[in-house]
Amino acid sequence: MSGSEWTDPRPMSPHLQVWKWHWTMATSIFHRVTGVGNYLGALLISVWLIALATGPEAYGFVEGIMFHPVGQILLFFWLLSLVFHLVNGVRFLLWDGPKIGFEPKTASRVSIFNFAIAIILAATIWSLATNLF
Amino acid sequence: MSTDFKTPTGAVRGLGAARAGTGHHIKQRVSAIALLFLVPWFLYAVIAASRGGFDGATAWLAQPWNAILMILTLGAAFYHMRLGIQVIIEDYIHKAGMKQGLLILNTFVCVGLFTATALSVLKVWISAGL
Repeated sequence: MSGSEWTDPRPMSPHLQVWKWHWTMATSIFHRVTGVGNYLGALLISVWLIALATGPEAYGFVEGIMFHPVGQILLFFWLLSLVFHLVNGVRFLLWDGPKIGFEPKTASRVSIFNFAIAIILAATIWSLATNLF
Repeated sequence: MSTDFKTPTGAVRGLGAARAGTGHHIKQRVSAIALLFLVPWFLYAVIAASRGGFDGATAWLAQPWNAILMILTLGAAFYHMRLGIQVIIEDYIHKAGMKQGLLILNTFVCVGLFTATALSVLKVWISAGL
């Protein structure tokens, strides 16, 4: 929280530095991190749509960036970020709606599962996208 | 009888609940449920559309269902994004002025991009003349 001017007299929740790393806090933090990642990716998708409406020249320029190796790497990480946020988001809905999955052991297992399934899904979608189309 | 001992000024300065948290929470969840269905479609759609170059992408977006689902995805996504980033700004940025500025910027970016992208979809769809 360096650089900020904290004026609120109420007690603060513990900082990231004093938390012991464990699976459920990792999914919680990565949910936020991927949320920000998805936001940045949405800016790129917006550029793609606006270029499509602008015309072939603008679209060609955006396509050049998209299919450039750097663009492809960014797109893959955006896909991974999006898939993780989606999969982990289902868990939040299960917590809030039917209120299931709170058992500490279950919560940790689901966290590990979410990381694993996000990587597997992103890799599968990517390979299908590059090979089938 | 009220059990709230805070003065109205204290509450206004942000030292009390603004009583809008539940609404925010529900909106975030409802948009999440919509995106649960829209995002898988969106991933498939964008991959399919981006393979055919400019002509392929415009032909794809000229299909009514694609245009409808695309605008719905954009609406739900920008709405969900605005709510999510709002919470992150409120949690981590405490500097007066900076916080409010970023919150306003977040709203402008999300509303602005939704308008621009939705208009783009409509333009492509109408230009196709279907």
